[in-house]
Amino acid sequence: MSWMSTDVLLAIAVGVLKAIVILLAAVLSGAFLTVVERRLLGLWQDRYGPNRVGIFGSAQLIADMIKIFFKEDWIPPFADRKLFVLAPAIAFASLLLSFLIIPITPTWGVADLNIGILFFFAMAGINVYAVLFGGYASANKYALIGAMRASAQTLSYEVFMGLSLMGIVAMTGSFNMRDIVNGQEGLWFIVPQFFGFLTFLIAGVAVTHRAPFDQPEAEQEIADGYHVEYSSMKFGMFFIGEYVGIVLVSALLTTLFLGGWHGPLLPPIVWFLLKTAFFIMLFILARAALPRPRYDRVMQFGWKFCLPLTLINLLVTGVVVLLTA
Amino acid sequence: MEIAFYLAGLVAIVATFRVITHTNAVHALLYLIISLMAVAVVFYSLGAPFAAALEVIVYAGAIMVLFVFVVMMLNLGNQTAHQERSWLAPRIWVGPSIMAALLLGVLVFSFWHGGSIGTISGEELGAKEVGTRMFGPYILAVELAAMLLLAALITASHIGRNDEPQLERDMNEREQRVPAGNDEGGRA
Repeated sequence: MSWMSTDVLLAIAVGVLKAIVILLAAVLSGAFLTVVERRLLGLWQDRYGPNRVGIFGSAQLIADMIKIFFKEDWIPPFADRKLFVLAPAIAFASLLLSFLIIPITPTWGVADLNIGILFFFAMAGINVYAVLFGGYASANKYALIGAMRASAQTLSYEVFMGLSLMGIVAMTGSFNMRDIVNGQEGLWFIVPQFFGFLTFLIAGVAVTHRAPFDQPEAEQEIADGYHVEYSSMKFGMFFIGEYVGIVLVSALLTTLFLGGWHGPLLPPIVWFLLKTAFFIMLFILARAALPRPRYDRVMQFGWKFCLPLTLINLLVTGVVVLLTA
Repeated sequence: MEIAFYLAGLVAIVATFRVITHTNAVHALLYLIISLMAVAVVFYSLGAPFAAALEVIVYAGAIMVLFVFVVMMLNLGNQTAHQERSWLAPRIWVGPSIMAALLLGVLVFSFWHGGSIGTISGEELGAKEVGTRMFGPYILAVELAAMLLLAALITASHIGRNDEPQLERDMNEREQRVPAGNDEGGRA
């Protein structure tokens, strides 16, 4: 083991430490969002929200966690046990793994993969199984309908989610996230790739099943959909997983379209966090402000409007890139 | 990288074996997904990260979802598990297995004596190289695949076409269903 000098070992240790910090930050921000969202929804809908525990409801998270940990962990006797347990783990892990590719500052970030964005698409593809298996294993009509809706919706929206980013890939000539961030030093990609930005935003909301694309878990119609049979921490993993998804898509939007850590005056980490927080607020505002459209309209909007738009965007980008090259 | 290759290859073989031997259709599909992901790791260890990513996105992330979807819709109960079990009786698989094992033996033997076995160097083949090859020497294959996909697209949109307005169609279906009785199950 001659190649394992102390320098290499030190670099590995620092890298692992950074990865753990990023992991914890992602999980904790996801957990805190559950409370932040309810407070903000209250603010925007002209009511209080949870404001009783701690100062301005700041300790609500602890109360929620204690409650969710001590609930009975109930697996229905008619459920498919293996898949039932596996589903929330997939939901949580696949989204958390995607944080691997996000470059937070010039020196911080877990992995510098050449396939960058493709890794996120792969993880988003795996994430579909969480909902699908969760719905199937529950052996419940509502859960099955929710799982069907979720998988059909996610598959449809993933098609143009991939295409919406290909404009950026064509402009930078790389899938690597760091190359993409460095390619935005002069001009953020939100300007030349505005339609790519819009479609990726929509697809990101749809893939994380957030309002107004939360038909898979529409509580008024199908009683919370695929996780209706889940309780205790298994439900908690689906629940926190959804918020981790919001953080992830916001961080991706920041990296891909708003120039990542680039910005004047403030240090890179502050810029990254500010931009990510902005998109998270946008997610919550969308939930507060928009009603839920009908399911077939959602599918039609995806296939008949967003997909052609991304194709035209990619075509025009390709022409421009070829002409200016 | 060589260790990763052999480990992933082993996982792929075991998982694929379980796909065949498992009696629960959805669990079998779960093993198939694992097998596809193991194949992706095999690609990665061979130095083709682009192919590995596409393997997960396209096969594990999209095609297998549709497989699971269809199996879920069929809602196969315990009856099919019994059926599967009866199909896995030794007298059915022993014959083909012996023949396949013979072929495998011949293949391994010829590899053993063939000499020119490539080594795993872990050299990376990026997306750009794949793209230039695809639209260079292999352009004909890409065009043919595109034509095949176009044909599939036209077929799918023809089957999914719906000329009558929704309400009228529902009425017609209801009228047809009443006299036809139990015929529907046979057709499906």
